Amino acid sequence: MAEMKDIVLQYVINEYLEDEDEVLSYDSPLISGGIVDSFSMVSLKRFLENKYKISIPDDKATPEAFDTVNKICALVNEYLK
Amino acid sequence: MSNIGSYEERIKNFSWEIAEKELDYKKGDVINIGWHCTDRICQMGKANKTALIWEGHAGEEKRYTFDEIRKATNTIGHFLRDLGVKNEDRVCLFMDKIPELYLGFLGVLKIGAIAQPLFSAFGDESLFVRLDSAKTKAIITQRKHVGKVRKLLDRMPSLEHIIIVDHDGLKPLKEREIAFDLEKAEKIDKFEIYPTTAESPSVLHFTSGTTGLPKGVKHVHYSIMSQYLTAKWVLDIQDSDIYWCTADPGWVTGTSYGIIGAWSNGATQCVLDAGFSAEAWYKFIEKNKISMWYSAPTAIRSLMKAGAELVKQFDLSSLRHLASVGEPLNAEAVIWSEKVFGKPFYDTYWQTETGSMMLTNYPGMKIKPGSMGKPFPGITAAVLDEKTFEPITEPNKPGLIGFRPGWPSMMRTYWNAEETYKKKFANGWYLPGDKSTIDMDGYYWFVGRDDDVINTAGHLVSPFEVESALLEHPAVAESAVVSKPDEVNMEVVKAFVTLKPGFEPGDDLELEIMNFIRKKLSPLAMPQEIEYLDKLPKTRSGKIMRRMLRAQEWGQDIGDTSTLDDD
Repeated sequence: MAEMKDIVLQYVINEYLEDEDEVLSYDSPLISGGIVDSFSMVSLKRFLENKYKISIPDDKATPEAFDTVNKICALVNEYLK
Repeated sequence: MSNIGSYEERIKNFSWEIAEKELDYKKGDVINIGWHCTDRICQMGKANKTALIWEGHAGEEKRYTFDEIRKATNTIGHFLRDLGVKNEDRVCLFMDKIPELYLGFLGVLKIGAIAQPLFSAFGDESLFVRLDSAKTKAIITQRKHVGKVRKLLDRMPSLEHIIIVDHDGLKPLKEREIAFDLEKAEKIDKFEIYPTTAESPSVLHFTSGTTGLPKGVKHVHYSIMSQYLTAKWVLDIQDSDIYWCTADPGWVTGTSYGIIGAWSNGATQCVLDAGFSAEAWYKFIEKNKISMWYSAPTAIRSLMKAGAELVKQFDLSSLRHLASVGEPLNAEAVIWSEKVFGKPFYDTYWQTETGSMMLTNYPGMKIKPGSMGKPFPGITAAVLDEKTFEPITEPNKPGLIGFRPGWPSMMRTYWNAEETYKKKFANGWYLPGDKSTIDMDGYYWFVGRDDDVINTAGHLVSPFEVESALLEHPAVAESAVVSKPDEVNMEVVKAFVTLKPGFEPGDDLELEIMNFIRKKLSPLAMPQEIEYLDKLPKTRSGKIMRRMLRAQEWGQDIGDTSTLDDD
């Protein structure tokens, strides 16, 4: 789990964070904080599905479920066998 | 009693002089949107009334009275003038929905310069083509977005000033950069506003077409007549209202109704600078007792997805009137809204080029869910035959929407593209590029676009722009971009690509290409799906048949394929 959190956090920092001085934690608000918008969420979901070989149903990929790295990892874990 | 009263009576007795009289304007007078939205409201005795309630994503809040926004816009104008920015220079506003965006917009207008708001999620290439087209002289931005501006400096010699509103001093400023802190700046009480007149340029919004680069839509200060009166009659903004327009001022709704329409009416308005979440939105309405809410179908459909049960957890009894814009509002959303909020969303139809509402539903007029409503008083509208451009008189027969030019907020031209502008007219009608029908009762019903432009979440995306950007990815040999249906956003971008030798189709490459477009253009333009093909369908003359690909996505008949090159 700890490794997954670091992978997801690093991906978010590399791909979505515009302000290089901003520090993100596992609990930083990504969607409500304006770092990842609803359109970009599609690419984040795709990353998780490719990386962990899972399929996240669209109705589970809500702004609330994607709002922090901790919440994202909890969601991914639901679909990991 | 609604502001409009009887729609039928307004139609009979309409003249734009109604707006001119209410805004104390006579032909030939100085008219400046920045002054009308701040100084004039103060002179009307509302200096201490709250103009802006702003909330950031972490819950921080700022409030400004009309007198404070008057001084703040003076201060920004003074700063720009000191930098050497002159009337008709283009000043880009490239920020999130922070107070400096709203106040900067009016500050730019106060010195007679042209405000060029751009969506802060634009990637560096999208930013470049728009700044380059306008030959922008200054850009006002935030630390988090300045990296995208720095990438363009070599290609943007005309960009003289990069103004950073939240510079913290931790890292040195770079070439052409200057810090400006609105909170700390000395407030300017008395300021000489540039004497713009009715036809002085005011705002340059960019919009996308099927082909070519995005076009700058030039508006003038006289547009305030339309924006003021439509905000008053359609949004029904009243003195006691707390108003919330959810649009980003990077797009036209965010300036026409998120700034000009609201403040020229002296309204208190709220801004939430945070990503979407149904719970956060309801909380915001409850906390601020919002009474007039102007939003978009995509947001409404997202709220529907979050469910009716969530609504019950909040006290939303302050809501008095709701309206929607961006793309057609489906009947289900209107019915749902009536059920859960106790009132329907009133759909409004207009676009960047029209500058203000054209077809709308009105307080007091019967709503037909799914219809765009009827023409605003003073607007002559019709549905036109696609060949003759003559009005179709038969009810329910589809044709092109046409408007007779002459309303105050009509665009004056496309920036440096007069020929393209002229092509928007036929037989004396302005053609917005949409198709509609008119029913027996005179209500307009949206049918679809007349071109390949993709309307995703109310924002237009040019397939040409995305296709061109795709070709810059090292793996892509050819590309075709069309819309595909989407439950929430109405349409999203789908790309078809063929790959260069040495590249294999796969999920990782698809994600790589998606992210490439997202960063280069914008999240809106990012294909939500990429399909790999061995070859794209083309005519024998080599033109990609987007029509076939689009029909496939929408489950429609692919039509005539006689020109298809099937070798």
